Amino acid sequence: MAEQHNPNHYYVPAQSKWPAVGALGLLLIAFGAATTIQQSTGHVQSGVPIPGWLILMAGIGTIIFMMIGWFGNQIDESITGKHNAQLNHSYRYGMLWFILSEVMFFAAFFGALFYARNLVMPWLSGDDVSTHDWLWPAFENSWPVLTTPDGKTSTTQMLPWGLPFINTVILVTSSITLTIAHHALQAGKRSTLNLWLFITVALGATFLFLQAHEYHEAYAEMNLTLHSGIYGNTFFMLTGFHGMHVTIGTIMLIVMLGRCLKGHFTNENHFAFEAAAWYWHFVDVVWLFLFCFVYWF
Amino acid sequence: MSAVIHEHDHHHDDHHGPAKGLTRWLYTTNHKDIGSLYLWFAFTMFLIGGLFALVIRAELFIPGLQLVKPEFFNQMTTLHGLVMVFGAVMPAFTGLANWLIPMMIGAPDMALPRMNNWSFWILPVAFGMLLSSLFMDGGAPNFGWTFYAPLSTKFGPPSTDYFIFGVHLMGISSIMGAINVIVTVMNMRAPGMTYMKMPLFVWTWLITAFLLIMVMPVLAGAVTMMLTDRHFGTSFFDAAGGGDPVMFQHVFWFFGHPEVYIMILPSFGIASAIIPTFARKPLFGYASMVYATASIAGLSFIVWAHHMFTTGMPLAGELFFMICTMLIAVPTGVKVFNWVATMWQGSMTFEAPMLFAIAFVILFTIGGFSGIMLALAPADFQYHDTYFVVAHFHYVLFPGAIFGTIAAVYYWLPKWCGRMYSEKLAKIHFWWSIIAVNLTFFPMHFSGLAGMQRRVPDYAIQFADFNMLSSIGAFGLGIGQLFFFYILWKTIWGGKAPKATAQVWEGAEGLEWTLPSPAPYHSFTEPPVVK
Repeated sequence: MAEQHNPNHYYVPAQSKWPAVGALGLLLIAFGAATTIQQSTGHVQSGVPIPGWLILMAGIGTIIFMMIGWFGNQIDESITGKHNAQLNHSYRYGMLWFILSEVMFFAAFFGALFYARNLVMPWLSGDDVSTHDWLWPAFENSWPVLTTPDGKTSTTQMLPWGLPFINTVILVTSSITLTIAHHALQAGKRSTLNLWLFITVALGATFLFLQAHEYHEAYAEMNLTLHSGIYGNTFFMLTGFHGMHVTIGTIMLIVMLGRCLKGHFTNENHFAFEAAAWYWHFVDVVWLFLFCFVYWF
Repeated sequence: MSAVIHEHDHHHDDHHGPAKGLTRWLYTTNHKDIGSLYLWFAFTMFLIGGLFALVIRAELFIPGLQLVKPEFFNQMTTLHGLVMVFGAVMPAFTGLANWLIPMMIGAPDMALPRMNNWSFWILPVAFGMLLSSLFMDGGAPNFGWTFYAPLSTKFGPPSTDYFIFGVHLMGISSIMGAINVIVTVMNMRAPGMTYMKMPLFVWTWLITAFLLIMVMPVLAGAVTMMLTDRHFGTSFFDAAGGGDPVMFQHVFWFFGHPEVYIMILPSFGIASAIIPTFARKPLFGYASMVYATASIAGLSFIVWAHHMFTTGMPLAGELFFMICTMLIAVPTGVKVFNWVATMWQGSMTFEAPMLFAIAFVILFTIGGFSGIMLALAPADFQYHDTYFVVAHFHYVLFPGAIFGTIAAVYYWLPKWCGRMYSEKLAKIHFWWSIIAVNLTFFPMHFSGLAGMQRRVPDYAIQFADFNMLSSIGAFGLGIGQLFFFYILWKTIWGGKAPKATAQVWEGAEGLEWTLPSPAPYHSFTEPPVVK
C-alpha cells in the first residue's frame, strides 16, 4: 500500500524535534572534542571550567538519543504506511549522494598518499630541487619511507600477504554473503535472510577484530605508529577512517539484523536494508583500494 | 485503502498553516520557514563579517599602525573571509534555494524536509563556536581564511582546534543541504517539468550542489590532517617527516576553487531569471547556458593550482593550470554574451532587481577580466599576494555573489511576503551601493599593481590615497546595507507597503508566479502540469 504512488498527493512530513536535538548534539561533540584536545596539551588555555571529555560524551549521548528517536520515528511512519513511493525514491537518491561525499572524503587522504609518494619523495631525495642538499642530504627515495627525512624516526613495513590479505578475503566474502541475504529478502525467504545477514555481521566483526590485532602488532612490535612519518601517517589515517566506516557499517547491519528478526521489511519495501547494504559495499570497495595502495604496491 | 487515504488527509490537516511560537522555527520542516531562517542568518553574518572588514579598512585608512594590533588585524582578515564565505554567501544561496526551488519545479516542499532543518540549525552552532574563538586566550584564528600550513599547524593559536571542528560542522551542513537540493531536483519535479525546461536558477543550483558534495569532504579531509598534524604527531604538512606544506595548498585549493564557483553559479541563475523578465524577452540561448554552467563546473576541478603559481611548481604544472584556467573564460563568455543578447532589442525597464542584475553582469565581467590577468602564470608572479588579487575576487564576490543575492531578494520578495518594496528606496540603495562598491574595490587594482601587499596592517606612504578612497567606500558600502535592512523591515513588517499581485512583474514567467502572493505555506499540494 505504501508503495503506491498517488500522483495527486504529495507527502510532507510533520514537524520534528530531532533535527534540533541533532544540532545540539553536534555542538557538544565539536566543542567537547576541541576542548578535550586543548586540555590535553597541558596548557589551560580554553577557559572551559569542566573537562572536555564530559562535554564530548554528553554530545555522543545526545546524538545516540537523536538517532534512536529519529530512526524510530521513521520506522513507525514507514510501517504505518505514511511514506509513499516518491519519498522512498528520495531516500535512495539521498543515500547514493551521501556515499559519493564519503568517496570524496577518502579521496582527500588517497590524494595525500599519492602526492607524498610520487612528488614529495623524489623532491626530498634530490630530483629537480635543491632542498635535498641543504636539509637532509642522506635521505633516499623509497616507499614505504622507513626512516623520515630528518632521520629521527624509523619504522618497519606492514606486509600485505598476512593479516591484510586475510582481511581482504573476509570483506569481499562479506559483500557476497550480504548480497545472498538481500536476494533472500526479495524472495521472501526470511530464515535464509537472517542466517546470511548474521554471517555478514560476524565477518564484519572478525574484520574489525583482526584490524585491531594488526594495530596492536604495529604499535607493540613494529614501531609503526601514527608518529612514524608519512608512511605511518597515511597508513593509519586511511586504515583508521576505513575501520571507523566498517564499525559504522557493522552497527548498521546489526540494527538491520534486529529489524529482520522482528519481522520488519517486505519484499519490496526495505530501503533501510538497501541503504545499509550499499554502505557496506562502499566500504568494501574502499578496502580494495586500500589493500592495493597502502599495503601492496 | 480508505484507511491509508484517511491517514494522508489527517496528516495534511495538521500542516496547512505554520505552528505557533518558537518551536515553529526550531522544529520546522517547511522549506519557506527554513529558507527565511537561512536568509536572516546569512544577513546577520553578512553584517558581522562586514564589521570585521570595516576594522580592516579603518586600520588601513592611513599608513602606520593606529587602531588595532597586527595580531588582531590578522584575526580580522581571517574571520572576515570565513564568515563571509561560509556564513553569508553560502547560506544566503541555500536560503534562496529553499524558498525558490520547490516553487519553481512545482513541488510542495524540499525532498527531505527534516534533514533540511538539521542542516540549517548546525550553522548557528558552528558559527557560535567559530566566533567565540575571538574571546579565547590567544585570540581567534589568525592565518587567513585559507589556513595554510604551517601557519595553522605549527603556529596556529589554541582556538585553531575550535576552528577545525567548526569547519567540520559547516561541511556537514553544506553536504546535507546539497544532497537535499539534488534529490529535490531529481525527484520532485512536477509532471512535464523535464530537465531542459527547468528554470536556470534550478539548473545552476543543481550543479552547485554537485560541486558541494564533491569538495566539502575534501575540505574535511584537509582540516582533519591539520588536526592530526597539530596534536597527534603526524607530518602530512611537514617535510621533516616526509610530508609537504605545499601539499596542504593542493588539498585546500582542490576544495577552494570549486568553492568559488559554488559562490557564483546561483547568481548566474538569478541573473538568467531577472534579465528576461525586465527585457520582456525569453532568455537567449537557454541550452547553451546550461552547458556553459556544466563546463565551468567541470573545469573548476582542474584549475586549482593557479592559486599556487609562486610555490615553485614544475613548469608543466604551471602551463597546464594556466591554460585550463584561461579555458574557463570561454563558457563564462558564452553566459555574458547570452545575457547581453537577451537585453538586445528588448523593451527594457529598470526596476531595482534589473539594476542589480545589470550591475552584476558588468562588474562581474570586470572581475572576470582581472581573473584572466591573474591566470597568466608569468604575470601572476607579479600580482601574487597583492591588492590586485583582493580587487579581483571582491569584484566577483560583492557585485557577483552579493548583488546577485540582493537582486533575487528584491525580485522575489513580493512573492514571499505579499507586499511590494518601495521602488524609490530600492533605487537609492542601488545607486548608493554601486558607487560605494566601485569606490571600495576599484582603487585596489591600482595599489595592487603598484605592489601593495595584502593582509598587512601597514603600508608604504605612496599607497595612502588609494587606501583612503577604499576605506571611505567601504564605510559607505556598510551604511548602504543597513539601509537595505531598513527597506526590508519596512516592506515585511512596516504594514504600509502596497500588496503585491500574484504575477508581480509584467514579464515574469515560471511556476512560482502562478501561486498567489504571498505564496501558500505549502507551495503545491498537488503537482501542477507543465506543458
